[in-house]
Amino acid sequence: MGSIPTTVKHCLSYEQLFEDYPWLRRWLQEEKIITEHEYPKFVKIVEVGPRDGLQNEKEIVPTGVKIQLIDMLSATGLSVVEATSFVSSKWVPQMADHTQVLQGIQRAPLTQYPVLTPNMQGFQDAVAAGATEVAVFGSASETFSRQNINCSIDESMLRFQEVINAAKERQIPVRGYVSCALGCPHEGRIEPSKVAEVAKRLYEMGCYEISLGDTIGVGTPGSMFKMLQMVKKDVPIDALAVHCHDTYGQALPNILTALQMGVSVVDSAVAGLGGCPYAPGSTGNVSTEDVLYMLHGMGIQTNVDLNKVIEAGDFICNALGRRTNSKVGQAKSGTL
Amino acid sequence: THLVSISRWLTSFWGAGIKASQALPETVKIVEVGPRDGLQNEKVVVPTEAKINLINMLSESGLTVIEATSFVSPKWVPQMGDQVEVMKGIKKKPGVSYPVLTPNLRGFQAAVKAGASEVAIFGAASELFSKKNINCSVEESLQRFDEVMKAAKEAAVPVRGYVSCVVGCPYEGKVAPEKVAHVAKRLYSMGCYEISLGDTIGVGTPGSMTEMLEAVSREVPVSALAVHCHDTYGQALANILVALQMGISVVDSSVAGLGGCPYAQGASGNVATEDVVYMLHGLGIKTGVDLLKLMDAGSFICRALNRKTNSKVAQAACKL
Repeated sequence: MGSIPTTVKHCLSYEQLFEDYPWLRRWLQEEKIITEHEYPKFVKIVEVGPRDGLQNEKEIVPTGVKIQLIDMLSATGLSVVEATSFVSSKWVPQMADHTQVLQGIQRAPLTQYPVLTPNMQGFQDAVAAGATEVAVFGSASETFSRQNINCSIDESMLRFQEVINAAKERQIPVRGYVSCALGCPHEGRIEPSKVAEVAKRLYEMGCYEISLGDTIGVGTPGSMFKMLQMVKKDVPIDALAVHCHDTYGQALPNILTALQMGVSVVDSAVAGLGGCPYAPGSTGNVSTEDVLYMLHGMGIQTNVDLNKVIEAGDFICNALGRRTNSKVGQAKSGTL
Repeated sequence: THLVSISRWLTSFWGAGIKASQALPETVKIVEVGPRDGLQNEKVVVPTEAKINLINMLSESGLTVIEATSFVSPKWVPQMGDQVEVMKGIKKKPGVSYPVLTPNLRGFQAAVKAGASEVAIFGAASELFSKKNINCSVEESLQRFDEVMKAAKEAAVPVRGYVSCVVGCPYEGKVAPEKVAHVAKRLYSMGCYEISLGDTIGVGTPGSMTEMLEAVSREVPVSALAVHCHDTYGQALANILVALQMGISVVDSSVAGLGGCPYAQGASGNVATEDVVYMLHGLGIKTGVDLLKLMDAGSFICRALNRKTNSKVAQAACKL
């Protein structure tokens, strides 16, 4: 151990102290969950309402409404808005109008509009429709992979490799998703090492960012911490994002934990669109409005205008004939 | 232990520099406020039998503190009109405390007569809120409570102190952390054994919570502090998490998230006990609470109120 009295000369610079005595940081972090509350100064929000959100809503929404929603979201300052999904309309009728949506939106100059492309067919259609960023979905659970996309994790990786190679040729960035990162509806508990393995594969295959999804919302700050600790050994922290579901009300504390660990990209859906297919009647995606409220309250910049997001949320909820899932949205509409 | 005292030494050395927190508490005491704070803010007036049944079910779930009722004038709070019958009708479980609100000496006397063995008093951190709510300044309200404190001391009845508007006021807006610390300190030095810091309108975030808790914990020992978070803006669990990281180990919550927000129509108020317990257990923190029995109590009272639960855990009740 070093001699503490000599640290007095460093009293104005604790970072210097950590450099001189590396054991100090490790020592302070030996306790269960010690976090240095140094939050990122800026957090990028990846808005998944128009795709992940609408995909999990029962009401089929007209193309015009989808386009208007995306345009309203573009005007809020969001830099990433997931626009649609190039899956077969047989499986996901809500996304059948993918080409019209992608071609109909007014792209904001500094905003990206990634689309899901589960396979080469989808990728080619997406490119033909003008996509400039795509996303692929892997799973940390074998059973979930087989039930959801009818193949094993390994087989899905091969499919994605094709897409990623084709995307590389066209210089189209690819985002990777890992679902069931904190629990699976079929398998139950998921080992953090498995999540790390899948995340690492996607990253090494060429995905620029890996979004870790708590698909059924069962995660808590405890399991989020353990999972991220494992994953960040294999994937750089600034290439990681968290995609939390609020099914058990845990999304915001889980996001807070991720921020404390250095994650600075958060997925969310306007108005908390999208339910949970595994818990009928429950919520799914965390609301963008509630995430923004927390981040702004912590002095973290996002460049997103919360009021404009609330407006976009009101618009889509009207169109869907439903109440917003966002607590901020609910409070603002009722405030005296 | 040695590690903790060294890290405290270092933290005091650099102040806000590193907030290398202590480890999370191993156990957290949940103060269940559903039967009082929750029901008080529900529109439907619930029959006495249902209130008694709710409290009995909660007693069986492992909770050790259940706020039973309030000895205010029923003219002001009709829901609490049956305060005496509730107090006398509940099956008090050994080891469980049933505090009641006592806004003044008369309420205190009625409470003790009805069998209360713990009481609570309320102060506000906002002058405007105090004036609008109880028609006097914060200092005047604390002086009124002096009588209650004296009587409680004589009767050896412990008193819990609540501070409202700790991170925001519906009238004043932002509330100065120093003001909150001042009121908390007053209540503590008057003899309250525990001070519950309430985010009355739910506007707090981990940012404002941390700032406020830092100021208060300089005046009142952290072991005597509790947080009472409202989920009106969805921030409650995140706020509770940072409070735990700062050493707080007492959390107020309401079964099924009972109780709306009088300042935002249709919005939620109290955080749901089920959701808090889910988070705490996920963190490996002990509460002594059986989540399934708690959820049973929640379904019961929601049926009695003819409303849906505000608890996400109760809504999901997934196989996992």
